[in-house]
Amino acid sequence: MRYFNINLKGDGGRGTIKDVDCEARKRNVWLEVLAEQARSLGVFAIVVAVLVSFGLPAWASEDGNGAAAAVRDDDIPKFFVPPPPFSEGIFPCSQCHADMVVNKKRRKLYYHTNIQKMFNHAEKQRWCLDCHNPDDRDKLRLASGRLITFEESYYLCGQCHGTIFRDWKAGVHGKRTGMWNGKKEYRLCVHCHNPHSPRFKPLKPLPPPIKPSDIKYRRLSPDEIPPNPLNKIFPLKTDSRSKDAKGN
Amino acid sequence: MPKEIKGHSLSRPISRRGFLKGTALGLASTAVPFAKADASFWDAYFQKHFREMNEDELREVIKRLEKEYAEEYDTKFNIKTTKAMPGTLFGYGLDLSRCIGCRRCVYACVRENNQSRDPQIHWITVLRFKKGEKWIDLEESEKYYYPEAVPEEGYFYMPVQCQQCENPPCVRVCPTQATWKEPDGIVVIDYNWCIGCRYCMASCPYGARRFNLAKPRIRKEELNPESHYLGNRPRYKGVVEKCIFCVQRTRAGRYPACVEICPVGARKFGNLLDPKSEIRYCIENKRVFRLKEDLNTYPKFYYFFAT
Repeated sequence: MRYFNINLKGDGGRGTIKDVDCEARKRNVWLEVLAEQARSLGVFAIVVAVLVSFGLPAWASEDGNGAAAAVRDDDIPKFFVPPPPFSEGIFPCSQCHADMVVNKKRRKLYYHTNIQKMFNHAEKQRWCLDCHNPDDRDKLRLASGRLITFEESYYLCGQCHGTIFRDWKAGVHGKRTGMWNGKKEYRLCVHCHNPHSPRFKPLKPLPPPIKPSDIKYRRLSPDEIPPNPLNKIFPLKTDSRSKDAKGN
Repeated sequence: MPKEIKGHSLSRPISRRGFLKGTALGLASTAVPFAKADASFWDAYFQKHFREMNEDELREVIKRLEKEYAEEYDTKFNIKTTKAMPGTLFGYGLDLSRCIGCRRCVYACVRENNQSRDPQIHWITVLRFKKGEKWIDLEESEKYYYPEAVPEEGYFYMPVQCQQCENPPCVRVCPTQATWKEPDGIVVIDYNWCIGCRYCMASCPYGARRFNLAKPRIRKEELNPESHYLGNRPRYKGVVEKCIFCVQRTRAGRYPACVEICPVGARKFGNLLDPKSEIRYCIENKRVFRLKEDLNTYPKFYYFFAT
């Protein structure tokens, strides 16, 4: 807060704190008022009843399990565009695993060798069935035993990487595209981090700017004008552009 | 002393011959364009300041500009004049703990904003610093790094572009008021009013402004015809340009091009007046700093460390 010097609301920016958890505060105030009234009437039972009717069902509707209860579904943004980046033809897993006998013993696999080779995600502590559900392979399994789909894999990652998960929900960790004031497109954790080898892979940088000593003091011919190096990675959308040009 | 003052050119009486010569030359110089120029030359010459034009005048100007661009670039440009949305103040966040210095933002910006390819103009400069040294010394940074892969061991990267100051020194020095701060906080330039004096470049503490030393040139297929009068429409020779937060996109609700391209999601953009925006979350929860804060320019560009 100290760094936020622009006066946003005519109160030196201090008012901004109030906006955080505004909803929660409102609820608390309302409950407090109710409690006050009840106390003045001497009917404490009402307070208990209110608390039970509000608190318990919400708590009970979770798995009743510590880890799952910590995951609140309501603050998960609802718009993901791309489906999980599966390798070609690997999903659903049940197409092979449905008929196989489950062996829960940690061992070297003779299939999925690539994954086994690259696997460096707390590999000393964990192996496949710590995240993949042994009985229904098309699901992932949280530590609590709750089953989730591959589209919700962020719950699985969030079990350990809680602070990152919090930032991701706020839109600060990871990439967002779309509208800054409207519909946003998210990515799942696994779109940028391979779940079996999660460190972000190095990239080739695009070329640096021309040094002053390399500037040519002549006009280039139209063919010599350098194309944008970005075109090699993200090709120009030529169809829409040419349509615009033709509308001339 | 009085003798010297008397000898000053202003107090010297002008001769009849000199007066007539000067008058004739002066008249001749104004008469020159009459011979060759069409009406649009004079429309451009007498074009009013962007903020003083009414809707009709703006429409006329846009029509003329679109015609000029169509002739010059053989591409149909769509020049918008979208006004700032009420209740917005744009802010930008850049996560230094994530940036890997891949320069994709630089070239996405070039593509979106029709920067000149010859001579080369980039609005974003990515600076590389050695970790563990006195890094805020910008003079010691490296901007021509070009390794096989980034990030490199022992280095970190800091992209710098226009910081969209709340108290912009560049606006104060402009003699023609060709640059100003819009209500949504973007510092914009009217390329038709810029006279190319480059005072703003001298006054900018961030080195964010770029000058068109020659006529900007772009391959025809790479032109972006979706443009804004104050933003990415093609520039002229001898005018200054800089990052304008992709005004053509952000005023339509979209993210700037550099935000959308960033492969690590280090770039954040939003409305500082909206308490639920990403940028406000960064400012309230992360370790934030602004570049050269001590100059009291109040940038709306926040560097932060997410981890």
